[in-house]
Amino acid sequence: MPVTLKRLTPEEALGLDRFDVDEGNPHIVLDKARCAACADRPCLWACPARLYRLKDGDLQFDCAGCLECGTCRVVCTGGGIVSWSHPGATYGVTFRCS
Amino acid sequence: MADDSFDAIVVGAGPAGCACAYALARYGRNVLLLERGNEPGAKNVSGGRLYAYALDMVDPELRSRAPFQRRIVREQIMLLNEGGAVTVDHHDPLGGGEGADSHSVIRASLDAWFAQEAEAAGATVASGVKVDALLEEGGRIVGIRAGEDEMRADIVVAADGVNSVLARQAGLFPDVKPHAVGLGVKETLELPDEVIDARFGLRDGEGAARVAVGCTAGMAGGAFLYTNRGSLSLGLVVNPEQAGRSGRPVQELLQDLKAHPAVAPLVEGAVPVEFSAHLVPEMGHDGVPARLHREGLLVAGDAARFGINTGLIIRGMDLAMVSGLAAAQAILASPTRAGVGETYMRRLEELSLLPSLRALRNYHGLFGIERIFGAYPALAGDVMRFLFRVDGSVPAPMLGGIRRLATSRVPFGQMARDAWKGFRCL
Repeated sequence: MPVTLKRLTPEEALGLDRFDVDEGNPHIVLDKARCAACADRPCLWACPARLYRLKDGDLQFDCAGCLECGTCRVVCTGGGIVSWSHPGATYGVTFRCS
Repeated sequence: MADDSFDAIVVGAGPAGCACAYALARYGRNVLLLERGNEPGAKNVSGGRLYAYALDMVDPELRSRAPFQRRIVREQIMLLNEGGAVTVDHHDPLGGGEGADSHSVIRASLDAWFAQEAEAAGATVASGVKVDALLEEGGRIVGIRAGEDEMRADIVVAADGVNSVLARQAGLFPDVKPHAVGLGVKETLELPDEVIDARFGLRDGEGAARVAVGCTAGMAGGAFLYTNRGSLSLGLVVNPEQAGRSGRPVQELLQDLKAHPAVAPLVEGAVPVEFSAHLVPEMGHDGVPARLHREGLLVAGDAARFGINTGLIIRGMDLAMVSGLAAAQAILASPTRAGVGETYMRRLEELSLLPSLRALRNYHGLFGIERIFGAYPALAGDVMRFLFRVDGSVPAPMLGGIRRLATSRVPFGQMARDAWKGFRCL
């Protein structure tokens, strides 16, 4: 019986990857007020890790699980991403077979 | 020379940085290659296919040691429709022929290997070092700062990727614009080699490279599928600006792709082992900034936005290597650092990098024809279904039938305008 490759939720997909999270030192910093005022919110759809979510109308974000692609910074129209950098040395994602 | 001063500091141990450091070290220069990942390749993602001529340009001896996955002998194009696909399969056992071979690669092994080659040639390689800033004195770049450490060099080569923090800090050019890049997402899927060989019609380390359109919910972009040793690389590239307006998460599109009736049998039973994402320069020549250097600084690879995407051919790593080599040759050839930048630009011409980008500069216009990503692939399926259909009824005249199908998807005037636009781009 062929095994169809199963769909992965974002959490399952990120669960495949190795992350070393620099607790307390987020490498992406948002201005919540600007994000609240943003009508476009392209980050919701473009972030491949789906780290930007709406909860009760509020934009929620946690940079653990970031694939460090830069997409959110590039698509941000509301100016909510006030700081984007790479995680500190030895932190963040480690790709082993990409 | 002081202990903490180098002839050159190369930031980023990807294809550009490794090629540059390798070429400099080979000619006796004291070069430091810095990588922010724990190992070279740890932060890097590609589709992954490397056109090997670039490695030969750096040093023809390298290819015998390179960790290639499979030699590409099948070029496949899929036009996906809702229920299936029209697939073109160009089988070329010679793999492009002498000097035009290409290979699937995994960056964690390719970049780690290339950095080791640079080290063996005499470069100092340091991983797990994040460069925070450039050091500037009297309008010249004189080194870098990483945390508390300052390191000085006659020249810094920024090979720090598409998000290049250094090029922006140096004020050379602004940040990437969303229309000028593609967002690539990819799953690495483990599958036994014998299964890959059987499914794709391969043997003896041969590989297939597939591109597909019709799977991006109408957004500019497409899919790729590369065969590796013991795994497949399956992914999508979409325009992030359109993705941000789509109301559909990109990661979900990738799941749809895995389940597509024409893709599912290829990936059936495979085990996902990694999920990755990366931005790729998509604009070709028109995306390359005018200034790629200032005194004490050269910008190479993705950081310089060297990329070619004709729809059929996707190039980045080879251009990165060639630009890293051009940077090294410029440094080797210039007695004073004031002239290095101009020499670098000249070498990018002489090594055919900029002329190649110019030759293909209009191709990007094709991606402005939105029907390429939806209506036309679907139409190809309609036409094939019509041509191969036998149901016992009296067959419709072929040309009339095709015309009727075509205009049901795209009005005739629109098709003529698209054809004209496509013709002009090519």
